[in-house]
Amino acid sequence: MATESVPAPVAARRRLSAFLYRRRWLKLILLMIPPFGWMVVVYLASLAVLLATAFWQQDVLSGKIIHTFTWDNLQYIRHDPTVHKVTRDTVQMAVFVTLTDIVLAFPLAYYMARIASRRTRALLLVGVLMPLWSSYLIKAYTWRLMTGDDGTINWALGKVGLGPLHIAFTLTAMWLAFSYIWLPYMVLPIYAALERIPNSLIEASGDLGGRAWRTLRSVIMPLALPGIAAGSIFTFSLTLGDYIMVDLVGGNKTDFLGSIIFRYQGVANDLPLAAAVAIIPVVVITVYLLLVKRLGAFEAL
Amino acid sequence: MEPRGVRIFLRIFAFLVMAFLYAPLAVIVMASFNASQIPTWPIKHYSTHWWHLALHDTRAHTALINSVKVGLGATAVALLLGTAAAFALSRFRFFGQNSLSLLLVLPIALPGIVTGLSLLSAIKYFSVTPSLLTIVAGHATFCIVVVYNNVVARLRRSSGSLDEASMDLGADGWQTFRHVTLPNLATALVAGGLLAFALSFDEIVVTNFTAGAQETLPLWIYNQFRLPNTAQEVNAVAVIVIVLTAIPVYLAQRLMRDTGGITAR
Repeated sequence: MATESVPAPVAARRRLSAFLYRRRWLKLILLMIPPFGWMVVVYLASLAVLLATAFWQQDVLSGKIIHTFTWDNLQYIRHDPTVHKVTRDTVQMAVFVTLTDIVLAFPLAYYMARIASRRTRALLLVGVLMPLWSSYLIKAYTWRLMTGDDGTINWALGKVGLGPLHIAFTLTAMWLAFSYIWLPYMVLPIYAALERIPNSLIEASGDLGGRAWRTLRSVIMPLALPGIAAGSIFTFSLTLGDYIMVDLVGGNKTDFLGSIIFRYQGVANDLPLAAAVAIIPVVVITVYLLLVKRLGAFEAL
Repeated sequence: MEPRGVRIFLRIFAFLVMAFLYAPLAVIVMASFNASQIPTWPIKHYSTHWWHLALHDTRAHTALINSVKVGLGATAVALLLGTAAAFALSRFRFFGQNSLSLLLVLPIALPGIVTGLSLLSAIKYFSVTPSLLTIVAGHATFCIVVVYNNVVARLRRSSGSLDEASMDLGADGWQTFRHVTLPNLATALVAGGLLAFALSFDEIVVTNFTAGAQETLPLWIYNQFRLPNTAQEVNAVAVIVIVLTAIPVYLAQRLMRDTGGITAR
């Protein structure tokens, strides 16, 4: 018998592998437990604690969190005019940044996917990826330097006889910086969507009498839309929850949802209130995700 | 095809957007050689003073070592869990699959401050002492999807028939995994690992909430901005960090060239 020549541990291993091969569901469960166990224990449990914390309160004297249910934090958010204004400002900025990035990214992605030669395309792809991965913190800081009154932007404007502009620590500075920093997140999914469009489809549109504009509107745009929607998840969500950039480029004059959450938690040491405010971006982004899901954003992620 | 005018316009537009992407990086490299105590532009005097300071800063060194430790830890966890998740979701068909893949993306789809504050609430609620380990746990949570994306992209292109052939030829499950599955995945794993490391190495939004007394490099940089006299030193460190993260990203891009696995993180 062949099995006699096989050492015992190997034979055991083979029995185990045959056992697992016959029970695919068991293999699946063994594969699922580590990653999804982790996601549930570390991530979903934390989100649940965050949600619960929003309904607890801070003991003013001891600074301890009292685990008794209260609507106080949510009532505060409902009636506090600052929170309302900050929410409006933040959502507005997220929308503006998303639109700006679509306008900047689409032509670039189009050029990469449909016009550039193979070599140029590869070069541009790495060129877009590099800034995406290079330090977020440092890019934010660079924009603080560039938007300053004596910064690079005013220097450059001066060279062409314009300016100086006072954009330091303003919403304009943040709009520039946000649009810059999240731009690669928009370029890549649009590029991926455009690249998948077969040439024959565009030729067919031309053969059927579609001019360039008509082809763009009726053939290319609908197919690029999932990519645009996927990119907008990043630009929208990342702007919505940012506090580092708000601090560095916006200074202490501008408040965003991220920055007030951070301040309630860090400076005021009121974790329950911070948790309650954090529900706002979660709700906004959930609504946004449901909207873009209909555009096919998740398939293009 | 596109009219000639449109093509020329697009070429110029693409060039301008690329210039927009790279100008700030050029500014930071030049600023690191600015001799002035305060940030000024244009630069009048150049010096390597800040580079000297940065290279001999012991706090920065400790922070760098912490960042490397955290990055390696998070990458190791992400590689194991991300690969397992990729196999589970791409080699099997079952109910609820889409929700599970959504769960993996959630930590990067939700704003970072929500992830950070959640982890902080849990740390306080379960009375965990924040340390490098809590940072690793936080980073691993959003690094899993990076490895997952790369491995899934590879698995999608290779069918399970290779594994079956190996089994038909008499190899057991372990041998098949060791000699067929793993070599096929190797570059995807390396690329995913490199990207996970780069992501962890640079992370601040979540780290800020989960860190204890130890500083990672981004935390050091962030704290340094508050010290007016040495804020300029950060520029030199910034250039080092940009180069250090560019290397793994470049390598990962080369490894995954055909699968496009790193387009979305």
